[in-house]
Amino acid sequence: MTATLDTTVTDSEPGPEETGLVRQPQRPLLELVPSTRRADVQATTALTAEQIEELGRRLDAIRDRVLDERGASDAAYIRDVIGKQRALEIGGRALLFAGVLPPAWIAGTAMLSIAKILENMEIGHNVMHGQWDWMRDPKIHSSTWEWDNVSSSAEWKHSHNYLHHTYTNVVGKDRDVGYGILRLSEEQRWTPYYLGNPLYNFLLSLFFEYGVALHDLEVEKVAAGEKSWSRVWQQVKSIGRKTGRQVFKDYLAFPALAGPFFLPVLAGNLTANVVRNVWSHAVIFCGHFPAGAVQFSEEQLADESRGEWYVRQLLGSANLDGGRFFHLMTGQLSFQIEHHLFPDLPSNRYAEIAPEVRSLCEEYGLEYTSGPLWKQYLQVLGTINRLALPNGKR
Amino acid sequence: MSALTTPLLPEDFLTLFDPLWSTTSLRGRVVARRRETDRAVSVTIEPGRAWAGHRAGQYVGIGIDVDGVRYRRSYSLSSPETAEHLTVTVQEVPGGVVSTELVRNVPIGTVVELEQAAGGFTLPDPLPGRLLFVTAGSGITPVMSMLRTLAAAAAPMPDIVLVHSARTPQDTIFAAELAGLAARHPSLRVVQRHSGVTGRLDPASLDAAVPDRAARTVYACGPDGLLDALTDAWDDVVVERFTPPARESEGTGGTVELGDSTVEVQPGQSLLEAGESAGKIMPSGCRMGICFGCVLPLREGRVRDLRTGQAHGEPGDLVQTCINSACGPASIDLP
Ligand SMILES: Cc1cc2nc3c(=O)[nH]c(=O)nc-3n(C[C@H](O)[C@H](O)[C@H](O)COP(=O)(O)OP(=O)(O)OC[C@H]3O[C@@H](n4cnc5c(N)ncnc54)[C@H](O)[C@@H]3O)c2cc1C
Ligand code: FES
Repeated sequence: MTATLDTTVTDSEPGPEETGLVRQPQRPLLELVPSTRRADVQATTALTAEQIEELGRRLDAIRDRVLDERGASDAAYIRDVIGKQRALEIGGRALLFAGVLPPAWIAGTAMLSIAKILENMEIGHNVMHGQWDWMRDPKIHSSTWEWDNVSSSAEWKHSHNYLHHTYTNVVGKDRDVGYGILRLSEEQRWTPYYLGNPLYNFLLSLFFEYGVALHDLEVEKVAAGEKSWSRVWQQVKSIGRKTGRQVFKDYLAFPALAGPFFLPVLAGNLTANVVRNVWSHAVIFCGHFPAGAVQFSEEQLADESRGEWYVRQLLGSANLDGGRFFHLMTGQLSFQIEHHLFPDLPSNRYAEIAPEVRSLCEEYGLEYTSGPLWKQYLQVLGTINRLALPNGKR
Repeated sequence: MSALTTPLLPEDFLTLFDPLWSTTSLRGRVVARRRETDRAVSVTIEPGRAWAGHRAGQYVGIGIDVDGVRYRRSYSLSSPETAEHLTVTVQEVPGGVVSTELVRNVPIGTVVELEQAAGGFTLPDPLPGRLLFVTAGSGITPVMSMLRTLAAAAAPMPDIVLVHSARTPQDTIFAAELAGLAARHPSLRVVQRHSGVTGRLDPASLDAAVPDRAARTVYACGPDGLLDALTDAWDDVVVERFTPPARESEGTGGTVELGDSTVEVQPGQSLLEAGESAGKIMPSGCRMGICFGCVLPLREGRVRDLRTGQAHGEPGDLVQTCINSACGPASIDLP
């Protein structure tokens, strides 16, 4: 069941006692903040602690099997993707030099956009997760990889691998909930600022890589005294350096190399960067915030067991349906659920284990949220629009 | 140029065309394989442009992918200093990952990671007046490089005795070439022994076979038993060991922070092995405590030397990860 916005909006903010309702009488399992999916939440709490641990063991078994099988064909896969990505980038940039001819401009821009998307999603994101560290190839390793994005890989590994993957969808901890700009949960107190929610989202989508980089700064921690301004300044300088290099390369160096065709190359590069931003924004927002995905409260984190951790990852994530090329272009984040359960398994294996995870979910009565990109994205936009107003009312 | 390829390097694109063009990481391509015995193969590798050559007797670090995972091992070069390509001669260790791959499987064209040649098992300049080489099994490889280099040089072959032992005649690497060299160079005497027939080499039988042994500078390479016996019996033997020194497995193991992650080190396991199995990129060289290519700074805790069983280390110490294990929790920085 995919909840639609109209039917799931709660009429009033529940009081604290009501929030307590989602606790199981015998044992608090997953404590959930009121969300758009309260009905499904009740379904999850139907599991006993033993069942949750059993589910955890069965998921561990899937993980162990893939770890065991990992080998030459997986290594060949990532090397092949990296090779093709670089070839596409060379080809795209070469075609753009002939960009005064519209077909060449379109093809070149498309190739460069695909190359940039692959570089960020299937390659960069997954390499930085350590998915390929087992190969011990220093060229394809989480400790050495730097990606084509203004957020440096070191900062990203902290805010994404650590904060987001540990505190997935925990409002107040997972800084990906709203990126500090948007209101994505009823739990966030409404202020008139959020009337701009849809606009902020649109801008975030266009400038997503900058949004991600600024979000890494965690400026709000400075106010809370948990972070020093000098550390922020250090990060700002790092972002500045990376931005400078990227701007120089895409908006000056390559256009200048094209001489009289400066403008078509500039336009192609700009388009490719925007396409990459809009695409990754859409894919990433659909991974956690469509109506199907559940958000959690901080109390959930205390003494969380392995099984509970798995269940939180499961319910906090949503998959996207599509074909092989689509999955590749999302960096297999279309298997967001599998990725959150096993963030360090090689991405090419998610498709293969997805049916197993799905049938486990069915067996345990857990919702396995999945849908086509357009549908999920419309739901995300719906939530963003709805939460522009107080109390989530329309 | 790198402004055009940021965040990658130009070579990340150039190496799409030829992996050997890399200037930041040295690589080589397997161009020939030659079977030496049932268990040994010579593998010839065309090195990338950054290869600085080798001195006869040195070894090279080779990183090769076996079932998708990179393994790094050292192999003495058997080719002469003058050779354009480098050759290593590998004898299969039963159950060994890399030696089995190199001896049985590695296809021509395979690209391997290389380290620059290293090691101090080399001849001094000027050469000593009289030399004795004692080798057993695959221990012939560094000496073969010396003999090939000397044979190719303009100067006459110095006064050399080589006593080489292998299990059987069929199992003797370079048997024919050694006999040929001896036939061409009267100052080179080659004694081939077969441990399956006459027993293993030992200092006494060597003294019997080489009466002027005491007047010769001795270079030896072979199993630990032989090398230990020689260094005990004679002074100033220059040795090259292929096997890690015998290990105390008294180490207790422990949980070690390596860089930003946590690694479980088993009792008796080296920090290097533990880090590598956890997918860390660890610096390494000989992997047996000689080259110090693997040292990393200890931040907290202590480590246990696998050779002596001793716990040691102060914060800030550089510890050799290949011969130290954990003794309780510790934390070590990665470069
Ligand atoms: C300086 C140096 C030079 C070397 N030169 C040569 C050379 O020219 N030719 C050559 O064939 N090898 C040489 N070696 C040995 C080589 O580096 C490997 O250790 C060997 O090939 C085994 O590797 P593996 O991956 O096959 O075995 P592994 O998978 O590492 O080990 C498998 C098993 O064999 C044992 N083992 C490992 N190495 C040896 C060994 N050398 N002897 C006996 N048992 C061992 C291990 O303890 C383990 O139980 C050299 C080593 C050093 C340090
Ligand atoms: S690798 Fe040579 S001393 Fe450790």
